[in-house]
Amino acid sequence: MNNFAYQQVDKPKDATAILRDDKQAAFIAGGTTLLDLMKSNIEQHSQLVDINLLPFKGIEQTSDGLRIGALERMSDVGESRLIVEQYPAISESLLLAASPQLRNMASIGGNLLQRTRCGYFRDPAFPCNKRVPGSGCPAQTGDNHNLAILGVSDSCIANSNPGDLAVALIALDAVLTLENAKGKQRRVPLNSFYLLPGKTPHKENVLEPGELIVAVTVPAAAHARRSTYLKVRERTSYAYALASAAVGLDVQGGTIRSARVALGSVGAQPWRSPEAEKVLTGAPATEATFRAAAAAALRGAQPREHNRYKVELAQNTLVRALTNLTSA
Amino acid sequence: MDIEPTFFDSPGAGGIVGQPLDRVDGRDKVTGKARYAAEFPLPGLVYGVLRTSEIAKGKITRIDTAAAVKEPGVIAIFTHENLPKLAKTPNTPEGKKAIGAPMGFLPLTGNEIHYANQPVAVVVADTFERATHAASLVKVSYEQAQPIASFLDPKAEIFDPQKVQDGKTDGHTRRGNPKSALAASPIQLKATYTHAINNHNPMEPGSTTAHWEAADRVTVYESTQGVTRTQQALSEMLGLPRDQVRVITKYIGGGFGCKGSCWPHTPLTVLAAKAIGRPVKLVLTRPQMFTSMGHREDQTQTLTLGATKEGKLTALIHEKTSTTSPWDNYAESNSKIIDLLYECPNFEATYQLARANVMTSTFMRAPGEAPGSFAIECSMDDLAAQLGMDPIQLRLLNYAEKDPSTGKPWSSKSLKQCYARGAELFGWSKRNPKAGATRDGKYLVGMGMATASYPVHNSQGTARVRLYADGHAVVQSGATDLGTGTYTVMTQVAADSLGLTVDKVRFELGDTRLPTAPNSGGSVAAGTVSSSIYMAAQDVWQKLTKLAVQDKRSPLYRAKPEEVTNEKGRLILKNDKSKGEDFAALMKRLELTDIEGTGNGKYGAGYESGMAASAADSGHKDDAGQHSMHSFGTHFCEVRVDPELGTVRVSRWVSVHAAGRILNAKTARSQIIGGSIFGIGSALMEQTVRDDHFARYTNASLADYHIPVNADIPEMTVEFIDEHDPYINAMGVKGIGEISMVGVAAAVANAVFHATGKRIRSLPITPEKVLNAGIAS
Ligand SMILES: Cc1cc2nc3c(=O)[nH]c(=O)nc-3n(C[C@H](O)[C@H](O)[C@H](O)COP(=O)(O)OP(=O)(O)OC[C@H]3O[C@@H](n4cnc5c(N)ncnc54)[C@H](O)[C@@H]3O)c2cc1C
Ligand code: SF4
Repeated sequence: MNNFAYQQVDKPKDATAILRDDKQAAFIAGGTTLLDLMKSNIEQHSQLVDINLLPFKGIEQTSDGLRIGALERMSDVGESRLIVEQYPAISESLLLAASPQLRNMASIGGNLLQRTRCGYFRDPAFPCNKRVPGSGCPAQTGDNHNLAILGVSDSCIANSNPGDLAVALIALDAVLTLENAKGKQRRVPLNSFYLLPGKTPHKENVLEPGELIVAVTVPAAAHARRSTYLKVRERTSYAYALASAAVGLDVQGGTIRSARVALGSVGAQPWRSPEAEKVLTGAPATEATFRAAAAAALRGAQPREHNRYKVELAQNTLVRALTNLTSA
Repeated sequence: MDIEPTFFDSPGAGGIVGQPLDRVDGRDKVTGKARYAAEFPLPGLVYGVLRTSEIAKGKITRIDTAAAVKEPGVIAIFTHENLPKLAKTPNTPEGKKAIGAPMGFLPLTGNEIHYANQPVAVVVADTFERATHAASLVKVSYEQAQPIASFLDPKAEIFDPQKVQDGKTDGHTRRGNPKSALAASPIQLKATYTHAINNHNPMEPGSTTAHWEAADRVTVYESTQGVTRTQQALSEMLGLPRDQVRVITKYIGGGFGCKGSCWPHTPLTVLAAKAIGRPVKLVLTRPQMFTSMGHREDQTQTLTLGATKEGKLTALIHEKTSTTSPWDNYAESNSKIIDLLYECPNFEATYQLARANVMTSTFMRAPGEAPGSFAIECSMDDLAAQLGMDPIQLRLLNYAEKDPSTGKPWSSKSLKQCYARGAELFGWSKRNPKAGATRDGKYLVGMGMATASYPVHNSQGTARVRLYADGHAVVQSGATDLGTGTYTVMTQVAADSLGLTVDKVRFELGDTRLPTAPNSGGSVAAGTVSSSIYMAAQDVWQKLTKLAVQDKRSPLYRAKPEEVTNEKGRLILKNDKSKGEDFAALMKRLELTDIEGTGNGKYGAGYESGMAASAADSGHKDDAGQHSMHSFGTHFCEVRVDPELGTVRVSRWVSVHAAGRILNAKTARSQIIGGSIFGIGSALMEQTVRDDHFARYTNASLADYHIPVNADIPEMTVEFIDEHDPYINAMGVKGIGEISMVGVAAAVANAVFHATGKRIRSLPITPEKVLNAGIAS
């Protein structure tokens, strides 16, 4: 870790202005992942701008859905009654993430910007295209047991955001509100916020330099009310997923009216699966349908040596999530 | 055997030993009063930070410290170019032996890089943060070579070592004629087991704080399992007499073996402190912990067993291949437990090693016994399945009534009782004999068991007791408390031996100024230190008896000393207990403020044979006595396997052990629980991943190296079988720190086999392996 300056701001404009003028500066919210990255010299920042006093708070029901301020804590959002009842997949994804201590510190905005756990990325002694463009990707043939199989490229096979919340949010059509240094706000669907690695794995999202995440909104829907998040990992708690699935279904009379499916830890980004949704929509809510949907979701998988098991695991995870949802 | 007094027949016992006393140091720990090694504030203390190498093999061509030294607060930067010379280094075999170093190489003694994250510089600054920042500015250029990552590397050369485990174990042993016995056996099973690298990962990282009080006198606050061993290593390296090197360790936050030796960061810190003339503290970071204090090596073992149609073992052939460092022939000795667990007339063990660019592996909780038991206990389970026999039945059929490896009788063995009690507590009789046939909803349910055993190593220690006329005592021994409860159990032993209540006893440890005691390792501390204290108390009683029988005013005047005994703090006549007096009365009358006794406690073979061992060591000449000395036990495990998601969860656990006298029912239970969890971790999730190409770890953090969390562990049932063993030490204590994890991984794997009908022989048993096992659902 290097020496850095620190300051706290209470106006979005002040925050974005600092980052506009100092390309090495960064925002800090809960700091739970940023400081780890800095301790390992993966990120070296000249100054940290503490944004915790910005007014990006609130967990509210709006006319068309849910609005969560970017500075709300994971624990508060996960335990919010509104979310537990109306958007259970979001609540579950948060409460199955990290540990209580981390969830008490960590913010929603920070969660969406966490970075890959790829072991090569996390240690500057290794080459890594995401960290140092053009240096290579040892994970292609090395330790890739928990890296991605969908949307990957020869440049990078990392699951860029290995977290849980983004999977649930992407499934439920969440939209981000962003604000730049000019004070201008724009809305970006989460599913187009993240970028696939292609030849530029260091470009992870569409955030402009210095742009802030202000809030997340999620439309209300029947498939949001009936949604769930399933996470598979080698230990029962406090671990990233090997595979996860966020699913939402609106089933009427045994037939699926609308379906939302996203997979975690298997995509280069949190992975929305229109292929699976297509199979599910209009079909009977049976195991055969779920299996067909899972097969469709993984059709494009490009596994490497140590993550081949994920092709089967992700399908089984998705089938189990759908089964849990319809048998509950 | 000589006629030393023993706790068994000592009437002084006040029934405190064995009680589930709360930790005497608990309050100090939760209030922060307890000082761990890195928590001693010294005037002028500055901070050292290690800068480590990016490559695993090659040469340093240039180290550029120019930018780093200019940073504010930086005091010095040491590299191989300016590190002061030591009197001795471990870089030669003789040096290594004299120092007792775990690894035959000290970083910063040359420009060669032998392993990833090898220290290349020590940066010292006035704050930790400034030292850390400056370390990030040190630029190192290398001439890089292609490293060898492990014994599996195609470039690795496999060789047959004469000795492994630093000379303690033969590279090849044979008993009987195993090959022909195997060939003649109607049943032959051959299986290969593989083990990931494991790291100890104690909660408290390694640290050193070095304070030179004079040019030739240093005090080192160290997180070590043995202050004496660290003192020895440093005095050799520094060329100072032992008494001029003082090592202090008051509390330890776990060690599991990685703090059992003096590792490079310690002399580097001591040298830095000397060179700058100020006390220096260096604490290893968590990632550095993976490459600074050893690990359990990556290994594969092949076990071939021969048996009769009835299931009697006829031959066992064990072969192990593992990775070692460029300088050391270290392999944990898996074969020992395989040699003695069951009656088998023919046995052979072979070790093979390959040098790779890794740091030296070292002992880690139950070294050898943990992986060795995995092989033998899974193979026994296979044999039971093949014969259609109950696994416990098979073990009873092959029960070893004496030690098959030496032919000696056991000093005590209560394994049959452990099987019976464990089976009863667990409900083993409800187990469906058929594997893969028990379901609970989406889960496959399995029950498995395994045997555990751990040797009573030969060791000895010393203690001092000072009893005051006002009725309190200070008891001292240079032992260490790993966090397991040494402070507490020794207080209990002293209280009973002196006839005092525990609140009247203060036990001090963790300082080389105190009487010498061995490392807390190899499960020897409880037995060695407790018997040292007991003997020291007897010394006090003998002195008091001499005074009493010579004192006209004493009711014991003119009694023969051997007719006098003590009970609850009173000196009394053996055959007339009404005659006697309180020690306090005697001392006050004689105007004695205090009286001191010393004791030498022997443990294991040395106790039985009267032989002396080094007070700082253990594990040599374990077989010098007439008995073979071991603890025994069993673990029972129930798992729930989700065949679709590949997850394995332990749902029930029972451990029953027989380990001689149990000093404290509560801390002992905690030890068994801790060891079992340690073993469950190795069974299901712990693995350090070394990249094949870079020979560098890809998951050196506790976010990515998984150890069990509370949610992974069910309610655990622990019981002990009462056992009276007069041959092992004056207290009859065997030690439980390591047996607690022996057999654990096998019990889990056997349960997974019972649940699924598939045998997974590669640890850890991850969802990937379960999915790849091809379980029919
Ligand atoms: C050991 C461990 C285990 C974990 N396990 C899980 C898990 O199982 N599942 C899971 O989902 N997550 C997990 N996490 C990740 C955790 O959820 C994130 O660390 C946390 O959500 C980050 O939030 P924060 O507020 O602390 O972010 P910070 O660390 O403060 O910031 C992270 C990044 O986001 C930027 N940032 C923060 N807020 C904003 C904003 N409003 N606008 C623009 N930029 C912003 C910062 O500049 C920084 O680059 C784990 C983390 C750790 C350390
Ligand atoms: S997978 Fe991506 S993050 Fe990992 S080493 Fe390759 S480029 Fe870097």
